[in-house]
Amino acid sequence: MTQPRTMLEISGLEKSFGDIEVLKSIDLKVQEGELVFVIGPSGSGKSTMLRCCNRLEEPTSGAIFIEGERITDIPRRDLDRMRLKVGMVFQGFHLYPHMSVLKNVMLAQIKALKRAKPEAEARALEMLDQVGLKHKADAMPAELSGGQQQRVAIARALALDPGVMLFDEPTSALDPELVGSVLKVMKDLRDKGMTMLVVSHEMQFAREAADRVIFMDGGYVVEQGTPEEIFGNPKSDRLKTFLSRVSHEDAGAEAD
Amino acid sequence: MRFIETFFNTKVMADYMPDLIHAMGVTLGLAVATIITGILCGAALACLRVAGLKLVNFCIIVFADIMRALPPLVLILILFFGMPSLGLNISGWMVVYIVLSLVLTAFSEEIFWGGLTAIPAGQWEAGRATGLSKAQTLFYIAFPQAARRGIPPLVNRVLATTKLTALGSVIGVKEILSVSSSAQSFSGSATPLTMAAIAYLIIFIPAVIASHKIERRYHFAT
Ligand SMILES: Nc1ncnc2c1ncn2[C@@H]1O[C@H](COP(=O)(O)OP(=O)(O)OP(=O)(O)O)[C@@H](O)[C@H]1O
Ligand SMILES: [Mg+2]
Repeated sequence: MTQPRTMLEISGLEKSFGDIEVLKSIDLKVQEGELVFVIGPSGSGKSTMLRCCNRLEEPTSGAIFIEGERITDIPRRDLDRMRLKVGMVFQGFHLYPHMSVLKNVMLAQIKALKRAKPEAEARALEMLDQVGLKHKADAMPAELSGGQQQRVAIARALALDPGVMLFDEPTSALDPELVGSVLKVMKDLRDKGMTMLVVSHEMQFAREAADRVIFMDGGYVVEQGTPEEIFGNPKSDRLKTFLSRVSHEDAGAEAD
Repeated sequence: MRFIETFFNTKVMADYMPDLIHAMGVTLGLAVATIITGILCGAALACLRVAGLKLVNFCIIVFADIMRALPPLVLILILFFGMPSLGLNISGWMVVYIVLSLVLTAFSEEIFWGGLTAIPAGQWEAGRATGLSKAQTLFYIAFPQAARRGIPPLVNRVLATTKLTALGSVIGVKEILSVSSSAQSFSGSATPLTMAAIAYLIIFIPAVIASHKIERRYHFAT
């Protein structure tokens, strides 16, 4: 039996903004093909941790490894090559509004990955097909719904053949009826064996699709385990408080 | 009849038509050269400002503020009468071209820069996260959006600046206004000035129509 490969490893990660210590010591491993879910209260540093993984934020100390390569040591001018291995999906989609959907998915393939244009186009169409939006290739981003825009953003990241995908609250900006389409794409990705680190409040999705759930609070990983362990049998008081508050919010939202 | 005699005297018109057509060429050439230089330099300076070099940015800001604050005529006179004493002989055409280009550079730099600062951070992050360099993100993502946002004010500024080519008449550039006003004093008829107005309309009405087209073409919902 071969050991599963560690695709992403975070070790002793710390991050401060000025005097504020946001991440105090984070250790985390994501194996190949795993979907790891990150939950935690607002301000606990989830986005900051994710953004350290492709160095959109510079870690204050600690090490991060992507496919075994220590990316925290890479000089700034060589970051672009590393970022190709890490796909990132943002809460706000951030499609380029002046380009068609197809061009959005082709741009970095051509300019960063140096693919030839026909190859980039073929790859873009394939990825758009995978997220169910091939027929929107010529549309402009503003003509799409939020859910469609987010799926294009996922296709844009996937087209670069990343080893790991990072999702920062990919469905938080969406109307409730559009959330499902994005989650479905993520589930398909998981079934295809993509390694994913997902920050999200979609607890139901975590139960169905996550291999592991990480609970962060106050700059630490407080608890981690399978979805059953985390949701069914929380150990720390902080997690219990968090889960009861979230389930109240959910109940409140459903009552609206 | 008196009105027609004064403003639309056909004899005078025929006499000065060749000179005026030549002058239209001068005005048009001056305008086009100014627009190209001013917009390209303004765009380059705005992009340079993105690099965030303190001293460079300070110089750009000072340059833009001075060029936007001074009346262009003052600069034209300084250059035209000052340069020869420094041993540099430049033609009136060149003086007007340089001054108007500098003025348009200053204004368009500010317009492009304003557009660049309005680009949400997420656009930069999306570009960088997909492995594009800062320069590539600027070139393919941020600047094209900034330029589109800047088109309406830029169009106004371009029209305003190119109309200032008439200032060339003060230092003897043979553009529309100077040719027609000297024709007016020779002929004692106001007709050359009417012709000048028509000549300006012939140049600028298509420009205004084109500008509407450009604004519509590059309008996109954000
Ligand atoms: N660029 C920054 N400068 C200063 N402080 C920052 C910066 N980015 C984040 N912070 C602070 O770091 C802390 C953690 O922020 P982060 O966005 O990582 O939290 P989060 O867990 O993602 O929260 P949320 O669920 O609201 O998205 C917050 O207190 C935030 O104010
Ligand atoms: Mg966040």
